[in-house]
Amino acid sequence: MQAAPMLPEILLAIAGMVLLMVGVFVGDKSAKPLTYVVAAALFAALALGWTTPHGDAFGGLFVADKLAYFAKALIVIGAAATVLMAAGRATPSDGSGPMRFEQPVLMLFASVGMMLMVSANDLMSLYVGLELQSLALYVLAAIRRDSLRATEAGLKYFVLGALSSGMLLYGAGMIYGFTGATNFDRIAASVTAMGTPSLGLVVGIVFLMAGLAFKVSAAPFHMWTPDVYEGADTPITAFFAAAPKAAALALFARVMTDPLGDAASAWGQIVAMIAGLSVIVGAFGALAQRNIKRLMAYSSIGHVGFALIGLAAASENGVRSLLIYSAIYLFMNLAAFAFILAMRRDEHAVETIDDLAGASQTHPYMALALAAVLFSMAGIPPLAGFFAKLYVLSAAVDSGLYVLAVVGVLASVISCFYYLRLIKLMYFDAPRDAMDSPMPRDLGLVLGVATAIILVFILIPSPIVATATAAAQELFQR
Amino acid sequence: MIVATLCFYLFAGVAIVSGLMVVTARNPVHAVLFLILTFFNAAGLFVLLGAEFLAMALVVVYVGAVAVLFLFVVMMLDVNFQELRAGAARYMSVGALVGLALLAELALVLGGMTLGGVEVSGGALPTPPADQVHNTRALGQIIYTDLFVLFQIAGLILLVAMIGAIVLTLRSRPGVRKQKIADQLARTPEQAVEVVKVPLGGGAQ
Repeated sequence: MQAAPMLPEILLAIAGMVLLMVGVFVGDKSAKPLTYVVAAALFAALALGWTTPHGDAFGGLFVADKLAYFAKALIVIGAAATVLMAAGRATPSDGSGPMRFEQPVLMLFASVGMMLMVSANDLMSLYVGLELQSLALYVLAAIRRDSLRATEAGLKYFVLGALSSGMLLYGAGMIYGFTGATNFDRIAASVTAMGTPSLGLVVGIVFLMAGLAFKVSAAPFHMWTPDVYEGADTPITAFFAAAPKAAALALFARVMTDPLGDAASAWGQIVAMIAGLSVIVGAFGALAQRNIKRLMAYSSIGHVGFALIGLAAASENGVRSLLIYSAIYLFMNLAAFAFILAMRRDEHAVETIDDLAGASQTHPYMALALAAVLFSMAGIPPLAGFFAKLYVLSAAVDSGLYVLAVVGVLASVISCFYYLRLIKLMYFDAPRDAMDSPMPRDLGLVLGVATAIILVFILIPSPIVATATAAAQELFQR
Repeated sequence: MIVATLCFYLFAGVAIVSGLMVVTARNPVHAVLFLILTFFNAAGLFVLLGAEFLAMALVVVYVGAVAVLFLFVVMMLDVNFQELRAGAARYMSVGALVGLALLAELALVLGGMTLGGVEVSGGALPTPPADQVHNTRALGQIIYTDLFVLFQIAGLILLVAMIGAIVLTLRSRPGVRKQKIADQLARTPEQAVEVVKVPLGGGAQ
């Protein structure tokens, strides 16, 4: 049994337990130093993953390949950035009390769960990784326990999440029953030998996909997203939108193409349906939202739908486009949430879109950065979001999914409306009471770096595109 | 062989009779005691099947913990079981339906039903074969050796659950009287005892 490929996760798990002990002994005043240690530990784990050998670990339970490493890089960037953004709000004055020291520790454990699940090479390791991540996220959603909305968000997320875990387990059980294996390689061999997937296997795949679709918040399993995004504390919402999305999308891609690759006839249509519904729900749902966190929730449903269009193509190109999309979406999300976190007036967080009115005059640089991010989300060239959509749509067209591609483009046009409305509010409306300035330095850093990445993607695309290409290639060679 | 068959009929017969007694006994304490008897007989049936780990787990978990807990609850709470039983006739039809569904499933399994080309009752063969290794050892091998990393991650999940329970519910309230053992131990006789002279017929101040 080889443990070396999983050293990053082992390091992070140990770091989590040590930091928990430090937090218990020092108390909540250690919360802010802990966030820096957590971010450092995450990057240390990523660096360790770079040097450790790739390959199977623990007798085939886990695998460290290029796809896992790509997803882990996204998880680390997303988690570290949101952990640091949360540190900037360690002592909010809106009566919600200081940050609890458990918050960075739980974020670390959630990251461990995500890294485990993107490395999963077995239905059992998939489940334990997913559960570790989900359980930490349920608690994080409700960590401001004195807030009614946060408690509601946590409870809703927990109940629906438990239901989806049950469906996923049922599906995994059916797949185990009808292929006789839980290991992905052996499931793949069994599915290949089967030719046309048996009825029981198809039932298993459908339930497994329902569970996974819930985790990525794709329609029709998206109902929890707006409430949880709105109710949870904003740094936590940023965390939800960044790291778990990328992890769950990578997991979705691996499960569908690696063990069930030869059953694509069974799941292709379902993924196409989920993707089409998601882009439509994302486009229309966001039109009427005045709360910017709810708006971001619907926007995330739409973006996940777009990424899944890539998966529906069921080709190497499709998985590559999904990975590129989730990477670019991660940076757009980080920038948008850095801005939302900076939206404060008289030291209180504001979150309706009308509070953006006239921001171009009061906060010109912030408004410029957000405008770039929103143009990118809407898919306007030459920003990164345009290329993300381009890769996905070209993969779909290559696989003959013309209807899905047209639906995606139409939904993208509709969603332009609400992105452009935000820009119109910032640039053409009279300013209301000015928001607090200047922007906290850490938030400004995240916003600046993420916006820069979105802007220069057209000049230097290779760090994202080349690694995603290599990851997809390796996945399809297995 | 004949002994095993006799044992099977003994365990099965007692299990059915005591199972019936669980639902018909008038005294709730008797009902719980019959439940424990049923568990013991089911454990005996598992031993006959060669599943000694399941038999042990049944005795330890169900008899040792769950049934005794039941017994405590039944004896300590003043529950009127006659009242609870009053509605039984109304729900009899639903119960019968559930029973019929279970019976039908049993018949399907025994009748060799196939689903997607796989026989429903034809479970995967145990690995390693049961005559080579005891199932306790086989389970231990799988959980603590082959899949020990999953066992560790499960521990991590429980840790996160524990953190969550504490984060979401534990509150330090001011003004709560707590026992401070260090303070109690540090007390000296001078702090605790006051020696007063009581004049005859005067009483202590």
